[in-house]
Amino acid sequence: MEAAAAERKANGVAGALEQYLTFMLDGEEYGVDILSVREIRGWDSATPVPNAPKHVKGVINLRGTIVPLIDLRERFNLEPLDYGPMTVVIVLNVNTEKGEKTMGIVVDAVSDVYSISPDDMRDPPDLGDSVDTHYIKGLVNVQETMVILLEIDRFLNADRLPTSSDYAAEA
Amino acid sequence: MSVDMSQFHQVFFEESLEGLDIMEQGLLALEPGSQDLDTIGAIFRAAHSIKGGSGTFGFSEVAEFTHILETLLDEIRDGQRLLTGDAINLFLQSVDCLRAMFDALQTESPLDMESAHALNKQFQAMLNGEAVTVDTGMGSEPVPTPATAADSKGQSGVRGWVVTFKPDLDLLRTGNEPVRMFRELEVFGEVTARCDLSKLPSLGTLTPEECYLSWTLEIVTDEALESIKEVFEWVEDESDLTYAALGDHDSPDQATEVLQPAPAAIEPLDAAPAPALVDDASRTQAAAAVVKANSGKKADTSIRVSTDKIDALINMVGELVITQSMLGTLGESFAMANLHKLQQGLEQLEHNTRELQESVMRIRMLPISFTFNRFPRLVRDMSQAMGKKIELIMDGEGTELDKTVMEKIGDPLVHLVRNSLDHGIEMPQDRLDAGKPETGQIKLNAFHQGGSIVIEISDDGKGLDADAILAKARRNGLVGPDQELSSNQIHELIFEAGLSTAAAVTDVSGRGVGMDVVRKNINELGGGIEIESAKGVGTTMRVRLPLTLAILDGQLVRVGTHTYIFPIINIIESLQVKTEQINQIAGGAEVMRLRDEYIPVVRLYDVFSITADSTRLEDGLVVVLEFDNEKVAIAVDDLLSQQQVVIKSLETNYEKVDGVSGATILGDGTVAMILDVQSLIRMAGVRQSHIQRTISL
Repeated sequence: MEAAAAERKANGVAGALEQYLTFMLDGEEYGVDILSVREIRGWDSATPVPNAPKHVKGVINLRGTIVPLIDLRERFNLEPLDYGPMTVVIVLNVNTEKGEKTMGIVVDAVSDVYSISPDDMRDPPDLGDSVDTHYIKGLVNVQETMVILLEIDRFLNADRLPTSSDYAAEA
Repeated sequence: MSVDMSQFHQVFFEESLEGLDIMEQGLLALEPGSQDLDTIGAIFRAAHSIKGGSGTFGFSEVAEFTHILETLLDEIRDGQRLLTGDAINLFLQSVDCLRAMFDALQTESPLDMESAHALNKQFQAMLNGEAVTVDTGMGSEPVPTPATAADSKGQSGVRGWVVTFKPDLDLLRTGNEPVRMFRELEVFGEVTARCDLSKLPSLGTLTPEECYLSWTLEIVTDEALESIKEVFEWVEDESDLTYAALGDHDSPDQATEVLQPAPAAIEPLDAAPAPALVDDASRTQAAAAVVKANSGKKADTSIRVSTDKIDALINMVGELVITQSMLGTLGESFAMANLHKLQQGLEQLEHNTRELQESVMRIRMLPISFTFNRFPRLVRDMSQAMGKKIELIMDGEGTELDKTVMEKIGDPLVHLVRNSLDHGIEMPQDRLDAGKPETGQIKLNAFHQGGSIVIEISDDGKGLDADAILAKARRNGLVGPDQELSSNQIHELIFEAGLSTAAAVTDVSGRGVGMDVVRKNINELGGGIEIESAKGVGTTMRVRLPLTLAILDGQLVRVGTHTYIFPIINIIESLQVKTEQINQIAGGAEVMRLRDEYIPVVRLYDVFSITADSTRLEDGLVVVLEFDNEKVAIAVDDLLSQQQVVIKSLETNYEKVDGVSGATILGDGTVAMILDVQSLIRMAGVRQSHIQRTISL
């Protein structure tokens, strides 16, 4: 993370504002790079995929494309919430080793769009093995609220959506 | 000026490969000694443009190789030389060699010049007037021969050459530059050029793009005339060229090119040494295998579409736009009174959409001649090698088939044709003894039937020897000693893996080699193969394939609240089972007795971890499916409708899922999984034993 921040500075892009779309998940505010957001839609039924991990809620038809939906609460091991008319699906373009994929994440609600300077971004504290911070790009304070910026390519990447132990093995 | 030539490479490769096809087809149509100037001309032109193109793009190896080929062709075209059977063989080998070169260039792998050099030497020998025995012994050194008189170096009295060069008016438009050619000549020695300005018009009428000049060039050199001619090779069609020896006016015969016609060694085709040809055939295959391994590297593939198809598509889109604007206008001020207009519009839209879909699908469709075209060569080479006389008849070459299907069906078809050739058709003498014409027939026929395409490979050979197959199957334990089989069931046995490798059966009946693989490949394409054979009369193999891999006929089934789709082609039957039909085998595997067959049962709710209406098999239905001759009974709650479904990939955005081959979107916009019968059989975990399987045969 530090290396990434240093690289940003070295590239002289420090100070350039990046826009993040934020959403709520179990009372916390998370942000994703707005350039990776394809669309935001309401929850509609999804077709379950046989033997998929619990957080993969199934696939939907996005104008002819089959798009998998991932429940972010379950992905983060949070208490699942019943889906309702307010449940939101954010469709994201994710870069994977096999090219760009389109995936949807199920979140509680969409919150805001912030312009954030990379300089204001703080690396997440080392929380030990208990919490996987590999897919967290950084933390930022916006009007006294902490926003967790997600490294979307990372935590939706890889075919089988890796767990923290994969990253540990990698390191 | 720097232009990135590589952007044109793909087009050039495609055109060249087409040119090679033309050459091959032309060569196969020619008989030794033929004077068919149209065909020879077509072959020559194809070779010429390959040479020109490869020169332009800097593929000098190809250009050099084609050059010598072209020289020989040119002489044949001009009647200076007879087209011998050897020459045809040599040309055909060159076509293979060039194909390999292009494949290597396309995949940017190193060129294998060894065979090119060997062929080159043989061409050189033939050019020099030798009767070359084309025994394809690439390794054998062709004997160097004295060149014909005028071509040789250091000929007494010849100090060099005089060339008169009168280009056509539009020489410059074809990109040729006399100055460059003169510079090239300078390499050989001192060049004196005299320019004839007499045709030069006055400045007012001069078109700068036209060439009004002609030259007389004197080159003082030891070089052979061949090398000089090579410089003008490019423009010889577009100019008047004469060559004369310099300083040797006493022998005007030598002024023009002296080329002795090759000794008329027109041998019958099948006199060619058989073992060598077989050897060559296998080498060609080896080369093809290498190419296949490399082809994965190809960045992108393209498809040539006839403009008719594109025009139709554009028309269709035009209509669609009109319909859309009509509906738009209607929507702006809609009143219930206009309802019927809206309905009409929607009908129109549906019609447009369907037509559009069809024409888009048609873009991927190619005539099956793309696959069939390789067979004349295959039949020619193999029948020569085996000393058989075989006539190949092809029908329905215009039948169109999806490109992907076509690419995958090629190898199985080759296998089937080879089988017919190798094991079906008898030796000429055997045929005569059997009261059949000496020349055997292999027929390839393609036609549409329903929503599929059928390809038939039939021969009038000796047919399958049912007794021998059955005997072999009994020995292998595939068929019980007392078991009686119908002749059809016996023929089906040749698709068994157990019989395929047995050399004994190959000797007696043939037909065994790799047929299990052939059937598997065809099954994987969602097709099937049938066999029809009568001893002494011949065999027909009937391959049935779906027109496209993008759409399949599906049977919708329900399990709990979920809808799944089975490919109809795999479904044998659906039935309600009775408790007494179900047995448990040790370890909990369930089998269902269906007539006298035991079929493993897969409970779909179980393998997919979902909830079904009931866990009692008797409450629901089982669908019996078959893939690659293995059966499985899948338990579902209910059968729904049958419909055509568009196959969508799950892997594009997600990943491969076991038991699922893809997904589709149903009429209500929801997604349904298409089930993969092959992997469900695997998931069943119970492989039927051979004995169980053959009970049904």
